[in-house]
This record gives sequence, structure tokens and C-alpha cells, in this order.
Amino acid sequence: MPVPIDLLSFARAVANGDIRVIDLTQTLSQEFPTIVLPPELGQCAPFRMEEVSRYDERGPAWYWNNISLGEHTGTHFDAPIHWISGKDLPNNAVDTIDAAKFIAPACVLDCSKECAANPDFALTVPFVEQWEARHGRIGPGSWVLLRTDWSKRSYPDYAGLRDDGAHTPGPEPAVVKWFVEERDVHGFGTETIGTDFGQGHHFNPPYPAHFYMHGKGRFGLQCLTNLDLLPPKGAVIIAAPLKIKQGSGSPLRVLALVGGGTA
Amino acid sequence: MTQPLVRPKRKNPLQRTRLPLSPQGVRSRTAHGLTAAAAEGRFALQVCLDCDAVVYPPRDACPSCLSARIPFRDVDPSGTLIAETTVQTSTDPYFRERTPWRVGTVKLDAGPVVVAHLHGDAVEGARVRLELKLDKSGSAVAIALPEKDTPNMADDPHLREMTCDPKFRRVLVTDGRTPVGQAMAQAFSDTGAAIVFVGLADAWKPFPGLDGLRKVERVEIVPLDMTDTESVTEQAEQNGARIDIVVNTAEHVRSGGIVDRHGLTVAREEMDVRYLGLMRLAQAFGPILRFRGADGVNSAAAFVNLLSVHALMNWPTYGSYSATEAACLSAAQCMRAELRPGGVKVLNVFFGPLETEWFQTVPPPKVAPATLANAVVRALRQGTEDAFVGDVAEDIRQRLAVNPKALEREMAS
Repeated sequence: MPVPIDLLSFARAVANGDIRVIDLTQTLSQEFPTIVLPPELGQCAPFRMEEVSRYDERGPAWYWNNISLGEHTGTHFDAPIHWISGKDLPNNAVDTIDAAKFIAPACVLDCSKECAANPDFALTVPFVEQWEARHGRIGPGSWVLLRTDWSKRSYPDYAGLRDDGAHTPGPEPAVVKWFVEERDVHGFGTETIGTDFGQGHHFNPPYPAHFYMHGKGRFGLQCLTNLDLLPPKGAVIIAAPLKIKQGSGSPLRVLALVGGGTA
Repeated sequence: MTQPLVRPKRKNPLQRTRLPLSPQGVRSRTAHGLTAAAAEGRFALQVCLDCDAVVYPPRDACPSCLSARIPFRDVDPSGTLIAETTVQTSTDPYFRERTPWRVGTVKLDAGPVVVAHLHGDAVEGARVRLELKLDKSGSAVAIALPEKDTPNMADDPHLREMTCDPKFRRVLVTDGRTPVGQAMAQAFSDTGAAIVFVGLADAWKPFPGLDGLRKVERVEIVPLDMTDTESVTEQAEQNGARIDIVVNTAEHVRSGGIVDRHGLTVAREEMDVRYLGLMRLAQAFGPILRFRGADGVNSAAAFVNLLSVHALMNWPTYGSYSATEAACLSAAQCMRAELRPGGVKVLNVFFGPLETEWFQTVPPPKVAPATLANAVVRALRQGTEDAFVGDVAEDIRQRLAVNPKALEREMAS
């Protein structure tokens, strides 16, 4: 017998603030950094906006814009098809992923203190085991969100670009593999430009968060903000990408629902 | 002796800005042969192929032998100023507000007698050299300069009306991230520009030249992203009214052809940075430049396009790049017509491969960024509108003039 669920009481709780809705999304703006690859490679387009009309001769009573951007610009979702390791999985693009997967609980690993003075902080299995000792085991089907407070940094520090590449925190290969194989996580989310460690191209495999997560059909979220407002456990994430035909990812609005009792 | 120009006082904000006027600019089709020479800073008159007579003013037949074979050829600009007069008033609104204005008669060693504007240091009875200049209407006029350079001669008010001298003017270099942008900032600082605004996009991306750029005197780094309409508009709103010369150094150089390219992403970037970027600049800065064309000593003077010479003939190795440059050249022609009512010149500086990383595999001769920058400054001081910098650019221009089809085939090999 399925348990009857009162969705209207859920809606009422959202309306009256018993369930808080926290926006984890950065504003799509022209200035916000996008991922930088070596210049001879293809680049992700930054967000751009062209005014179509603004109550003027181009459209007297209305204001609207045409926008252009890459699938991986601003706060965005990575689908398994994004990475070569996930290219042959079924339903691996944003238009074919089961819509139920766009709502899932989150575990928030706070490593903001560890990152504060160390942009090369790498997340390890022992670090997560310590977190689990305090907050309990990461449940299957959970987003793992890495709180680094990176979203609070100035753009130069946020991008962390030096002459040997980006220096931003992220996970070691072993911990990503462990998330997928030992904890059956839903996906991995970060505040930084990518889900991977800034110097992650020197790991084996390179870009492990992309390689392992997408290889097993899991998802990525990046350029998140406000992770400091979430509890370690108990928040529910709504992250539904645009339905782009065979899209590898998409900018999106990421919302977290936080119940009064869990905050 | 020319009075050295003094740095203009700050403008009185209670005074109306003087609007630009143009001297009479109508020329016959033949007389635009002089315009073509003036645009490149050459002194050319018609020369009869049948009797060797040098012909002035421009005609459709040789006045000595009636031959129709009288092409424009570079001729000796030396002569003697045989008479001069000073115009104290005029019915022409442009000259009316610029009198007194000296004009004179120059007997050229090459033969003809030419009525010319006079530089302040050209005196009656003395040897002079004639130059063809584009006046504020965009048409050619002759000005007699003293035979040898005199101190501060570029500051002569008559001459300065016909040039875009950066001295005391405020310059915007649109992209300081490139070696060309940095060389341009240095060159304009060296030549006495009052302020050199240097645009910088994505300040969060470090680049090696930044510290050097910061050390250049009178350089002010400003946020400017040529691919972002809002950024360009904001910069124009902020500083547009105090920018007299815009130098667009935004570049996007990638090899690859039209067939031999994989997809459109790079082509879109090229068009966005170059063609659409130019359009963003033109729309944001063009109207205020045109409005300020007669705004005193530091009036708005010029818009500078740096164009690959392959805008004129496609180079398939850099085929898509060449096509984008051709689009910019076409846009520049339109801008000339649009900015001419303000007396603002559009200077196109054509160059061959540069001594920069994106032309790394191309053999010399290549143009050093500083050479290009100095050529831009020289062209502005001369008041020309087309300049060719380096051996490749000059070579392509000459081959194009002789046989465009042959050049097309040669570029492919």
C-alpha cells in the first residue's frame, strides 16, 4: 500500500516559510568566469545578451533580450554524455534523463576552513569518513555538495588561474570512485567553475569527478552558491536542466528545500 | 616658427560644444585621383604618357597634347611659394570660423602651379614642399609645408585641421591583452597623448604584459570586453565624451580555412570579436566622436582599424580569419561615410603576418607589434586614411593592383 502524501501541505509549508527555499544559483552575467581551456581548443561561450527591444522603435511596448551562452556557462548541470566515459550510457543527455532524477537529497561536506588558506585542498576518503562519523553515512541517491565558500571569492581568486593552470579545490580520484562505488551517490556538486580539482588534469585518470561520475551515469553541478546556508544533511535539491536535444549539460536554477526541523 | 601647442584647458561645461562643419568637398571623379593619393600620404598628379606633361588641376585630357592617357603618378612635391594672401573673412561657414587663413600659389618644379593652403612656416619666395591632405570633408587639398621640418611644425593650426595628431588627444586602445595593444599603448604615450585608456576584458584572467602596461605613463586601464555589448556601451557612457581617437586592437587570429575547419565555433568567435566588436564600438563611440569633431584642440579625430592585408585577398591558410577581416574592411568603408560629417577619419592600417604567437609557424617577413603601433601613430600624424605596414602588406597591395586573379591563385600555393 503506497503511503498517501499530502503535497498540499508541502506547498503550504513552502508558502509559509516552514520549508525554506534557498537559491544555489549564480546570476547569469557577462562578467562571471567561464572555464578556460588552452586557446587552441574549443571554448565554452560566456553569457552574452543582446537587447531585442526596450519599449522603443524596435518593439514599442515590450522589453526582451536574445541571449547566448554555452551549455556549461554559469551555474550548470553536467549530464553523463558530457564525458567520454559516459558517452554510451542510455538516457545520458539532459533531454533523456528521467525527470525524477532532478529532485534528490543532498549531503553538504564543509571544507571551507581547509580551503580558506589552501586553494589546492583535495578532498580525500578519510576526510569524508570523518564527516560520516559526525553526520552519518552518505545515503544512496544523494547529491554530494562540496562547500568551499569559493563562491564568496573575487573573480581572480575564484578562477585561481596561475601560469600552471587553475588552483581551486576538488576531489581526489579515489574519493570520487568511492562515492560512486561505495556510496552510490546521485552526483557531485561544487562552488568552483568545474566539479574537478583545479589541477585535476594531472590526476590519474585526469578529471576524475567527470570521469567516474559520468562513467557511472551520475551528474554534476558547478558554480553553486549559498551552500553555507544548507544543513550537512536533509536538504532536497531541485536541479532540472533545460531540455536541450542531446544536450551535454545546461545552465539551470538550482534550488534547495530546507525543512524547519533540519536547519 | 610654429607656436607650440599648449595642453588645452579643461572645457567650460557651461559653453556649448562647437559643432563640426566641413569645407566644400565636392570633387570630380577624376579629381578623386588626388583623394586616393592623399589617403595614402603620396603626392601624385596626372602625368601625360604621351608628352610627359604634369597636369594640374585634374583633367580628362592633357592640356598640351590632348592625350587621354594621363594617369596619376607620384611626382616631385618641391616648388617655390611665389605668392601668398591671407583670407580675413569668408562666406563659407567652415572657413568663416577659422579665419584668418593663409593661401598661396606654389610653382612646382614639376611644372604646374597649384593654389594651396599654407603652413605657418611657409613664407613667400621660399622653397616649399606640397603635400596632399584629406581635409575635414574627406577630399584632397594641397598644403605647402616649409622645405625642411621646423620646430613644432605639426602644431600648426591649419595642418592640424588636416591631421589626427595624437598630441594632447585622449586615446582608447580597446584591448590591452595583446602584444599589439601593449605596443599601441606605449606608442601613444610616447607621442604625447593626454590619456591612453586601455581596455581589458576578463580581468580575472592573468596575462604577462599587465605589469608593463601599468607602468606606461598616462595609461589608464578600463574594463572593456569587445564581445559584450553592455561592456562596450558602459565604457562609452563612462568615457566616450573624452575619447578623441579609438584604436581597435581586438584581434582573433586562428589558422584554418572555410572547408578546412571543423565547425563554426571559432568562426563565430572571430566574427564576434572582430566584426560585431567593431560594430559595438562604432555604435557606442561613433555618435559622440562625430559630435565632437570640432571640439577644440583635442577634438575627436579618428577611428583606427587594424586590418589584416588579407582582408583584400583571402589567404586560405588563414581563410576564415581573412574573411572576417574582409567583413571589417567593408564595415570600415561604411563607417567612413557615417563619420565624415563630423570630420572624423577612419584610418585603416593593413598589415601582413605579425611577430606574435598566432603567426608562430609563418616564415618572415613579419611585422613587430611596435612597428605596427608606430605606423599607426605616423599615419595619424600625417592624416592619412589607408596605410600598409611591412613587406607582405605592401607586396599584396602591389600584386592586387596588377592582377587580382593571379594573386588569388598565388595565395593558394
